[in-house]
Parts: sequence; structure tokens; C-alpha cells
Amino acid sequence: MNGLLYPFQQSVRRDLLLAARHKTEIITALFFFVIVVNLLPLGIGPDPDLLRKIAPGALWIGALLATLLGLQRLFAPDHADGTLEQMALSPQSFTLLVAGKILAHWLVAGLPVVLIAPVLGLQFDLSGRGLLILTVSLLLGTPILSLIGAVGAALTLGVRGSGALLSLLILPLYIPALIFGAGAVEADLAGLGPEGHLSLLAALLVVSTFFAPWVTTVALRVALE
Amino acid sequence: MNHSLVNWFKFASPASFYPLVGRLIPFFATAAAILTIAGLWVGLAVAPTDAQQGEGYRIIFVHVPASWMSMFIYCVMAFWAALGLAFNTRLSGMMASALAPTGALFAFLSLWTGALWGKPMWGAWWVWDARLTSQLILFFLYLGFIALQAAIDDPRRADKAGAILALVGVINVPIIYFSVQWWNTLHQGASVSITKAPSMAHTMLLGMLLMALAFWAYTIAVALMRVRCIILERELTSEWVKKNAME
Amino acid sequence: MQWNSFNDFLAMGGYAFYVWGSIGACVLGMGIEVWMLKLRRRAILARLLRKELTQ
Repeated sequence: MNGLLYPFQQSVRRDLLLAARHKTEIITALFFFVIVVNLLPLGIGPDPDLLRKIAPGALWIGALLATLLGLQRLFAPDHADGTLEQMALSPQSFTLLVAGKILAHWLVAGLPVVLIAPVLGLQFDLSGRGLLILTVSLLLGTPILSLIGAVGAALTLGVRGSGALLSLLILPLYIPALIFGAGAVEADLAGLGPEGHLSLLAALLVVSTFFAPWVTTVALRVALE
Repeated sequence: MNHSLVNWFKFASPASFYPLVGRLIPFFATAAAILTIAGLWVGLAVAPTDAQQGEGYRIIFVHVPASWMSMFIYCVMAFWAALGLAFNTRLSGMMASALAPTGALFAFLSLWTGALWGKPMWGAWWVWDARLTSQLILFFLYLGFIALQAAIDDPRRADKAGAILALVGVINVPIIYFSVQWWNTLHQGASVSITKAPSMAHTMLLGMLLMALAFWAYTIAVALMRVRCIILERELTSEWVKKNAME
Repeated sequence: MQWNSFNDFLAMGGYAFYVWGSIGACVLGMGIEVWMLKLRRRAILARLLRKELTQ
């Protein structure tokens, strides 16, 4: 058990250690999320009914953008100093190492967003139940964002203008997660119950957990050739 | 059997593909021109006026074929991409990148004609209908593919990265379509229905079929023209180009 | 034949702007695509010719 997943654990631990040394980046991404979400009421107006309606969408779009921010640095530093090449050549499974990096990215970029989301939801006057559903949807959804985003980060690795290009490639692929995630709260408000949306979101998570690390590995090998 | 296999692989090399394609282009271009004239004649002059939409429905003769082609081209692109990844043939990647701009053009035309159809029929240039929204996302997917290939200098890497993106995209298209439809039913119910097509006269169907075939022939002709350009650009230094391309 | 006169045909029962706007956009888009491909091919051939001449 320990032997099989060892590269995965090592990869997660290494990336978390590296992230701990650059705490400002994590905090910057988190504050970016907070500020984007807080700008919306300023742009739209303080009407509580309206805010309650846009809250799930606002928080979800904030989460998408915050995830994108960290994605550019998912593989780039390791590519620059040659670590990524060593990983690809090492006898350990490259896919597991990449999967570890993706999990670490979610722990650093996704999880803080999930944890702070209920506080922001309060600003939008969401009910307790709405807050709970929103947080669960983000908990299920933000890993999908990291997983799909990793494919885009691998494809654009070392390419000119990779930041803007990454958004162009990835944001359309985020649409199903956005729809099911933000829709869960609205479906509950409409009396339909959030279960349908949340189970579809969970299904998306399972599928992308299986395929995304593998596709990312293929894309990274192309980039390293 | 063996002989035909050898022939097939012979045409998979750019040097023998190039002249073969050169002979095919005029054929498909002529077919596209004739079919367009026939299709527009049937669609604009022969087909009867629609009972509900008057003459405005005649946009269907360019709108529907353009939408079909934009979706079909994406699938063909993904097919070439998969072939290129599986067998590592150079030509497959070139075919995929030759198809992308035409697919993007058809996706754009489908949106443009859709807006022009929507304004008189629904009173709005744009409605967040499931089909329109999916088509818009398909357009973005095309743009992403083209931008990714344009940003990578090494053509071999551009081909492979594009192929991976096209395959990820083609798996996602049904998911996106399903999710958008789901979203649509939650938000506005069946306020706009374009799923229920008006019962169509035979001449209407014929016109649409002719236009679809015309767009098909056009796509083949243009994609082959573009693949010839791509082959030349990549093989500018090779011996056969100097001999053959100037004719 | 659906039309009594050529002007009727152009008017498209009051939908002229929409119908001709759609068809015009298609013709324009495809025309530009073919034209750009012709230009691209000409540029490549010119480059080839220059190289031939310098050698």
C-alpha cells in the first residue's frame, strides 16, 4: 500500500513544502477571490434579493478565476529548473507524481476558497442551507477545476503568452462544472433539491480524476520532447 | 491486398499527397459551386413560403448546414488528431490544423445567421438557448485550438498538443451540450422552442440537403488548399518541393 | 417559382435585411477564406522562387 502510492505522497509533500515557502502567492490568490466576489455587489447594486440570486454564480466565477491564477505556476517552475524532466525520466510512475502535484495545487488554491466561501456567502445574504449547499458544491467542484486546469497548464507549458492562452483553452471546459455547481443552490431555491446537480458534479469529479492526470502526463511528455 | 496497403501508405507521405490533392481540389471546388447555385435556387426561388415565419425562414438554408458542418468538422478534426497520436503520421496533424479555421468560420456563420434569424422571430439578437450557447462554446473551442497551435513554434509539438486538446474537446462537447441543456431547462423552461421544426415541404428539405452538400464540398476543397500550404511551409527545404511545387 | 417580380425576390417578404444579411455573411466569410488562402499560397511560392534564384 505504502509502496504503490509512495511517489504520490512524496509529490504532494514536496509541492506543499514549496508552497509553504511562498505563502504570499497563496494569500494573493485567496484575496483575489475575495475581491472579485466583493466587486460584484458594487457593480450591480446592494439589493438583497438580487444578491441572493447571483451569489452562487458570483462565488463560482470567483473560484474559476482564482484557480486559473495558480495554474500557470503548476508546472512552469519545475520545468524551468529541470525537475520536471527528472520526474518524467524517473522509474516512478510519472502519472502518480503529476497526480500528486494536482492534489497539492487543489490543497493550496482550491481548499482555501472552499473554506472562505461561506463567509462571502453571508455577505450575499444566503440562508444557512444555501451556504451549506454552496460549500459542498465548491468542495466537489474545485478539484475538477484543478484537474482540468492541469491539462491546460501542461499543454501551454513553455509556450509564449501562456497565461492568456491557458484561460482561452480551459474556461470553456469549465462550463459543465460551473453550471452544475452554481445550479445546485438555485435548484434548491426552486424547490427541486440539490441532489441532482451535486451527484452530476460528483460524477464529473470521478471521471476527471481518472482521466485528467493521465492526459496531463501525455501532454507533459509532448512538451518535454 | 498487400499492394493496395502499400499504395495507401504511399499517399500518407506529404510528397505524394501534395500532387494528388492538387488534382482533387478543382473537382471539389466545382462541385461546391454547382451545389451552391442549385441549393440557393431551390431554397430561395422554388421552396414555398413558410406558413408561420413567412420568407424569414429562408435563413435556414445557410444556418442549418453551417451548424452541421461546424460540429461535423470538429469530429473529423478529432479523428485526424487521434490518428496522428496513434500512428505518429505527419499528415494527420496537418489535416487537423487545416480543418480548424474552416470549422471556426462555420461556427461563427452559424452564430451570425442564428442572430439574424432570432431577431425577427424571437425579437432578440441573442437568446440563451441551449443550442445557441453550445454553438458559442464550440466556437471558443475552435479558437482555443487555433491559438494553441499558433503559439507553439515547433510544428511537431504543435500537432501533438493540438491533437490532445481536440480529443479532450470532443469528449467534452457532449458533456457541455448536456449541461447547457440542463441549465436551460432550469432557468427559462421552454420559452423558445426551435426544436419543433415546422413541418417541412419536400423542396425545403431538398434545398437544405443541397446546401449541406455544397458546404461539405467547400470544406473539403478549402481544407485541401490549406493542407497544401501547410505542407509547403513545412517542407520548404526538401528536394521534391523544389521539383514539383512550382507547376 | 415563388416570386412575381425581381423586386419581390429582393424584398423577401419584408425580411430582406435578415435573409440577405445571412447569405451575404456566408458569401463574404467564405470568399475571404479562399482569398486569404490564395494569398498565402502566393507568398509561399514567391519565397520558394526567391530561394531558387539566389542559389
